[in-house]
This record gives sequence, C-alpha cells and structure tokens, in this order.
Amino acid sequence: MGMTMTQKILAAHAGLDSVQAGQLILAELDLVLGNDITSPVAIKEFAKLNKSEVFDKDKVTMVMDHFAPNKDIKAAEQCKMCRDFCGEHNVTHFYDVGKMGIEHALLPEKGLVSAGFCVIGADSHTCTYGALGAFSTGVGSTDMACGMAVGKAWFKVPSAIKFNLTGKLRKYVSGKDVILHIIGMIGVDGALYRSMEFTGEGLSSLSMADRLCIANMAIEAGAKNGIFEVDDITLDYIREHGGAEPVIYKADDDAEYDEVINIDLSAVEPTVAFPHLPENARTFDQIGDIKIDQVVIGSCTNGRLEDLQAAAEIMKGRKCAENVRVIVIPATQQIYLDAMEQGLLKIFIESGAVVSTPTCGPCLGGYMGILAAGERAVTTTNRNFVGRMGHVESEVYLASPEVAAASALTGKITSPLEVMES
Amino acid sequence: MKYTGNAIKYGDNVDTDVIIPARYLNTSDHAELASHCMEDIDKTFVNRVKSGDIMAAGQNFGCGSSREHAPIAIKASGISLVIAKSFARIFYRNAINIGLAIVECPEAAEGISEGDVVEADLDNGIIRNITTGKEYTTAPFPEFIQKIIANGGLMDSIAKGVIE
Repeated sequence: MGMTMTQKILAAHAGLDSVQAGQLILAELDLVLGNDITSPVAIKEFAKLNKSEVFDKDKVTMVMDHFAPNKDIKAAEQCKMCRDFCGEHNVTHFYDVGKMGIEHALLPEKGLVSAGFCVIGADSHTCTYGALGAFSTGVGSTDMACGMAVGKAWFKVPSAIKFNLTGKLRKYVSGKDVILHIIGMIGVDGALYRSMEFTGEGLSSLSMADRLCIANMAIEAGAKNGIFEVDDITLDYIREHGGAEPVIYKADDDAEYDEVINIDLSAVEPTVAFPHLPENARTFDQIGDIKIDQVVIGSCTNGRLEDLQAAAEIMKGRKCAENVRVIVIPATQQIYLDAMEQGLLKIFIESGAVVSTPTCGPCLGGYMGILAAGERAVTTTNRNFVGRMGHVESEVYLASPEVAAASALTGKITSPLEVMES
Repeated sequence: MKYTGNAIKYGDNVDTDVIIPARYLNTSDHAELASHCMEDIDKTFVNRVKSGDIMAAGQNFGCGSSREHAPIAIKASGISLVIAKSFARIFYRNAINIGLAIVECPEAAEGISEGDVVEADLDNGIIRNITTGKEYTTAPFPEFIQKIIANGGLMDSIAKGVIE
C-alpha cells in the first residue's frame, strides 16, 4: 500500500521502509523548538534527566517571542531562564530581542527548516513548516525536553485528508481565506489526529506566504500536521533563505487517503471566522454591519511581508476610522526592515495605525492590544476562543490582512472588495 | 489505576485558553496555575473542585495551544481523571506526559452529569456511574502508559528507570 507525504517522511526518520496509519514509531528529529512560555517548563523537565548536554546544539532552537520584549517581571524571569539554559548548553539558535521574531515566521526565514525535515516544537503552530514540505507538529514541553535530550520523539503515524487545489485566488483573497473556508467546512476537529495534505495544480498560484498561513492553521482543524507538495516555489524559497538541501517526498499514486476534498481557489471569497471558534466561517453575504474597536495585523499566521504589503495597498492614502485602534506587528526584524524600506510603515502610520516590534503579544491576550469587556476586534491571528485576546466578554473575528485593513478604514467588518472597487 | 470522585461536567471544544488563560502563562508554578484553572468558562471551578474529582466533557477537549500548563493546571487543581468524547491531540500527549489520567469514552462522557459519583478502573477499561448505575467499557491503557501515569509523568518515569 502506498504512503502519503507525511508517512514517507516519518518512515525515513524512523529508519523504516514503510509505515502505515496507526503504527507507533520513534523518529529522529531535525529540529526541536521552544518559546519563552513553553521552554521554561521543558527546561525544568530536562533537568530531571541529569544530562549535561542537548542532543545537538545546532538542532535545538528557542525563540523569545510570546511575552518579549518582556511584558512584566515574571515574563522577564522566564526569558532569563531560557537565555541561561541556551548559554550553558551552547545552543546555537537562541533568538532574543533584537534578533527574534515570531517563531514560525522566523525559522523559515533563517533557513532552519527544509523540505523533508522532521520537526517538533512546543507551540501548536509548529505545523506551519509543512508549507516547506516538512513534517512538523506541535507538542508540549515534556516532549520538547525529551527531544532536546535524545533528538527523538514517538509518533502515531497519522492517516490523511487530501486537499486537491485547483484554480487561482482572486485579487484581495489570500491564504487566510482558504484556510478559514476549509475549517468552516470540516470543523475544528475535522482533521483530528490526521494530516492535511495540500496538492493539485492550484498550488502554482499560491505564494509561500499563502502556504505558510494555510499550514499554520491546520491545528485549528485539529490536524497533527499540514503539508504542501514541494514545487519550484518551495525550492526557490528554501534556496533564497539558505536552508539545508531539500529532500522531496511525494505521495505515492496509490496512497490511501481518508477523504479527498477539492477546493476551487477561484471560488474562495473573503471569509471571516466569528466568535468563538475558527469554524464559524462566514462570507460577506452573511455578515452585515458589525462595528469594531480594534484591528490587529500580524502574528505567525499573517505577519509576513506579503501580508503587510496587502494591508498597505488598501490603507495607502486612507485614514483609519475614528475610535478604531489599529495595531500592525511585523513578524520578524527582517520583515520590519523590509517594510520600512518599502515605505509600508509610513503608510500605516500616516493612516493612523501603530507599528509594534515583533511579538506574539495580543494574539494570545498577552499584552500590546488587550480588549476590554464588550469590545470587538478584527484580527489576522489564528484563534477566536473566549477571552483569547482579553476580557471574556470581548470578541475576536479572524480574517485576512486584506479584510483587516478594509475594516480598519470603515470601523466595521468590511470586505476589501467594497473598499477597493467602490 | 482506580479513580473515584464527583463529576464536574463541561461541553464540546473546551480549549486550552479557557483551561488556563494566557495571561497566567508568565509562570510555570503548578499551584498558581491551578488557582486560575477554568477561570474563563467557570469561575466557580477552583472553589468547588475537590481532590479526586473527575472532569467529564464533550468532543475535542483541550483544543488550541500546546501549553502543557493546561493539563498541569487541571492535575494540580485536584482532578484525578478527565473523561471526554474526544481529545485534541497535543493535549492528549501532554496529559499522559505529565501523568494526568485521561480517557476517551463517548458513551460515558455523554452519560455523566454534573455531580454524579463516578468510578473508573482504567487498567481494566471500566467506568461506572454510581449515581445512575450505568457501566461503560473502554480500551484499557497499554502497560507503558499505565506506568507513566502511575509514576507522575514521562520524565519522572525515565528518571526512575521505570521506562526506557
């Protein structure tokens, strides 16, 4: 029986010729990731093993992004614990303020992930790297600690859903709309324990930013991983960012999929996920007048240069609505610099938005844009759970950078088509 | 492993943000995390939970973030066992890794109401609702998972040499 892309990567990393869904395997890891929230717990667990070294100092990375620059004393203590650990263990890829960015934007940019890699990260959005043709999945701190110690992790080999993409996205529609559309269709546990594998002729029209965004939210459908078939766009990206030599795993022709779902990209419309689950996806014919108080453009989902370019195109020469706070967060230092050189930051600031240093900050209700009771935000982040961005009576509406920018201008949830085509 | 306790019941898609809101993730202290457990969906939880109580819930329990702080908060609050229709995969892994007993049993999760007295024998895969008199069967835990939970989690089990 044939294997899926995911199964092939797992088999290769377990030293097996083949694996099948449900099989338990022990796989070699190419990279183990943690952040300033999850690493401290992992460091405490790692200490229980009395090991003086990590398995490979070049294959462990910690990124200070969630509550950094430190939001309070406790956050500062947590970052210090990571800094001290990485210093003591000579961890090569430790990213602190000044070098750091939001982890899932940063690692691909730094060339730390390549096609064919097997990656675990103590952050649920580690599934992002599937966009590069890697097997990559979120785990907890104990798995991270074990991974740092021995460079291995156990997995139950997942079955998969295949998404066959056709057509081409329309203007002002992007990867975020695609993934919200898919989650709306299959639900927040629609891919529970399984892989989401993306393939088809429609891939050629999707940028790496679109793919990273789509893979990033695979976890929001409960998936173990999301993965894209590798093509020239992937290879160019890996080459440009100095990534390791890619190893391409293509699904066998007779690979068994639980389900095949066809997505016509040209039919995807601007989509918004209503509170309090990402599956509450609606298109603009079902939205109506919803007044908002805040807009956030950023995060590991949509803080990339292409996202800022898309938002800036809409906001250029226009003013943000009165009484709407608009917060733009470039995801990495490089993106910040590029956005500055391209004049995007000027566009945001002149329109009335603020531009923040890279941080996960408001996405998880940490800081830098917390909502009060009764407030509503349109954000390009990935979760709209109860209390996610602040008070339990606040509301988060998930959307693309295009929708967020259009909404910033009108003060209500607005389609970019309405702003740009009127 | 046998568990007996009063049930505290929740619905579908209980996410890790409500189990332990991110604003409290600036610490990894177990008691402090427990003091905010379930706060955003049930402010009464921390005051009424008693040691040994059993949590019952619907589908996709623990969805969202990978924060191990979520099962840690539940365990440290005194909950001995979580029974759900299904679990989000990272939460499932994390719970076992830290030694919080969890079991997927849709029939039991459906048949348990708030306050019911529940007894579970996971070695033999039997859950009894003492209040209603109903009995449910589930797949017993494999031996290595029983060992991990009995020894307080994956790392403690490795450190004690219980598992390799």
